[in-house]
Amino acid sequence: MEEIQLFHKVINDIEYPPAFDASRKIIGYLCSYAPEELIHAAGFHPMRLFPSQSEIILGENHIQSYCCHPVRGILEDSLAGKLDFLYGTVFVHTCDSMQRLSDIWRMQGKYNFFSDLALPVKLGTKSAQRYLNLVLADFRKQLEKLCGHGITDTDIKNSITLFNSIRDLLSDIYRIRCANPESINAADIYALVKGTMIMDRQKAETLLRRIARNLGQNQTCSGEYRRIIISGSICDSNDFYSIVEKAGAAVVGDDLCTGQRWFDTKILQNQDKDPVAAIAARLTGRVPCPAKHMSLSARKEHISALAEKTKADGVIFLVQKFCDPHAFDYPHIKEHLDLMKIKSICIETDGINLNPGQLTTRIETFIHMI
Amino acid sequence: MHNKSFENKKINCARKMREIMTDYYLKAMSADRNNEKIAWITSGGPVEPLVAMDIIPVYPENHGAMIGAAKMGAQLCIKAADMGYSTDLCSYARADIACSVTKTGPIGGLPAPDMLICCNNICGTVLKWYEIQARFYNVPLFILDTPVCHTGYSEQAAAYVRAQIDEYIDFLEKHTGRKMDYDKMEYVGRLSFEGQKLWQKVLDTTMHKPSPMSAFDAFFFLALIVTLRGTRIVIDFYDELIDEMNDRIKKNISVVPCEKYRLLWDNLPVWHQLKWLSEKFSGHDACLVADTYTSAWCSAMKYIDKNNFLDSMAHGYAQIYLNLGVDTMAEHVVDMIEKYDADALVMHSNRSCKPYSFGQMDIMKIVRKKTGVPVLMLEADMVDPAHFSRSQIETRIDAFMEMINLRSA
Repeated sequence: MEEIQLFHKVINDIEYPPAFDASRKIIGYLCSYAPEELIHAAGFHPMRLFPSQSEIILGENHIQSYCCHPVRGILEDSLAGKLDFLYGTVFVHTCDSMQRLSDIWRMQGKYNFFSDLALPVKLGTKSAQRYLNLVLADFRKQLEKLCGHGITDTDIKNSITLFNSIRDLLSDIYRIRCANPESINAADIYALVKGTMIMDRQKAETLLRRIARNLGQNQTCSGEYRRIIISGSICDSNDFYSIVEKAGAAVVGDDLCTGQRWFDTKILQNQDKDPVAAIAARLTGRVPCPAKHMSLSARKEHISALAEKTKADGVIFLVQKFCDPHAFDYPHIKEHLDLMKIKSICIETDGINLNPGQLTTRIETFIHMI
Repeated sequence: MHNKSFENKKINCARKMREIMTDYYLKAMSADRNNEKIAWITSGGPVEPLVAMDIIPVYPENHGAMIGAAKMGAQLCIKAADMGYSTDLCSYARADIACSVTKTGPIGGLPAPDMLICCNNICGTVLKWYEIQARFYNVPLFILDTPVCHTGYSEQAAAYVRAQIDEYIDFLEKHTGRKMDYDKMEYVGRLSFEGQKLWQKVLDTTMHKPSPMSAFDAFFFLALIVTLRGTRIVIDFYDELIDEMNDRIKKNISVVPCEKYRLLWDNLPVWHQLKWLSEKFSGHDACLVADTYTSAWCSAMKYIDKNNFLDSMAHGYAQIYLNLGVDTMAEHVVDMIEKYDADALVMHSNRSCKPYSFGQMDIMKIVRKKTGVPVLMLEADMVDPAHFSRSQIETRIDAFMEMINLRSA
């Protein structure tokens, strides 16, 4: 499908001109908790940053080798000038490694705008919600100063409508894929999600609408597949999805911050409600990242519910090396899946070298097992 | 300059310190029999409300240090790996999680908690670590969330942390069935403040040349300000320790027999190599006169109002060393180099502590630029010996000290 190819072009060339609205300056962000709607409402373009596959050379002077690839890779890209198209960046705390990357990034002073939003780590309490509302309200002021004019509630509500529409469309496409894994392959789905995080959102929304409509017409599924869910932080590899599918499996859902965790849960719009508070409410109510605390069981409950909903036969934990939050959660969630008789496998990746031979053997063995 | 015999380096107070810590752990171990409650708490967490409510605080991180110093980290880390925990995770957490299952370690495991208090002002790791332990022991968990002060402490963050102090007290009241005595709380706060002041005074004795103690001694004596902060025991003990240090200063007794070079240490100790590292540096006539780690327990004193402890402690706990931006941390390091007249900085790039270690290279550059002192970075791990290569570290220290020697010639 031509529309899907555009997403592939974008993820391979993040400056691919047809995917952008040249009038919007670009604000980069590094975490799915970034309040993109506010950035968009201020007239900027929110772009999720991903590491390229470059060897870490300049970054070696700033962050040690026992740090995850997303952090080191994005820093390398910045230092090497590959992100010079950015007008600014916003960090939202995320984790220990991102916390220090934000310091190093700020001290480099490379871009016009920098903001550290120290979002709460603990979610679900009144004081945390109040604090989150205040942090976002303050960010709104920062953006108003940056763009030189006020951001009205209507501006924010319009952005929320657009982003909610994207959430709906991606959810639809995931549902179609879940019902019929032959309708779209995992690498294409990955391109759609990642590409949407990168490209102009209005253009992405238009394309996703067409894609969802076309996919919806293809309802026949002839093959039988082992149904798989992928859980982790970033899954940034086409090859990985291809290996899973070649082994006879279909990816029917995910718990990834480059997947459903990013677009799950819409912002509840209410004409009388402060739209900034509505954005904050979604950040609290969405599927939690393991770097946040909602409850002692929120993560395992989410993954097991997702497995049930998608009728998954197995879960692949794709853990970025040196990603502490996911690595700490893994034994507990695995134990829970074992009790539910859902098989799982943990694959650690350094984000660069996938080692396809070894990975293929492990995935094939796992798929045979289930 | 000074030539007292090497035997003089032993600090007499060490024995008393061991006795105090033994008593403390015995009391904690028998809490169940005495109908007392135990709370596990992170090292940077506000312990004072626990003390005021007669809840015994127990520190898994102090336990981690003991495991490391007893060289029992390797076996516990292997056990944690068997349980599914990545070998790249914090070795304090891995050792503690494994120890809860095996009930081994230097004291046969910690007494089981009745509740857990986790303050993330030191790292995000403690959040995950305490979640795991809350599930394992099936006990309530309180999280004190202290947003990172990258460039300052915002009004919003201050209000958020202060609100959580009240939530913390509500949590303690709920799980003990007792009410907080606010007069006692203020009293404990004053003791805590006094203890921190005295701990700073202990550390400041190393400004003297030659230094009467080293950072290796501070790593040992630190246990008291961590575990018994807010009690009279700390004040009495540190008073005595200061007297002994002043006496050593008067008698010109140095911890390193021929102190020639004064070094500043950054990051947690390499607990399993304390003796070797101490002798290694001492062999080069170098004394680690101060460190950024032990001083962290008095680094936020400027925010504390001893007459309004409860309100001000929110500011203090949110602005401890590790919860600051890298550039502010660098300023602290520069200040310490000047204060203790250090000739060089030794940085422990600690695989187990990402918020402490990432940013060190930028701190190194700032320190070199502002002070001109040379910097050595050693890669190791505080508890897990799997990440320590003695021969490599030895070569690096020898080369570094030779370079310092040449500079001073």
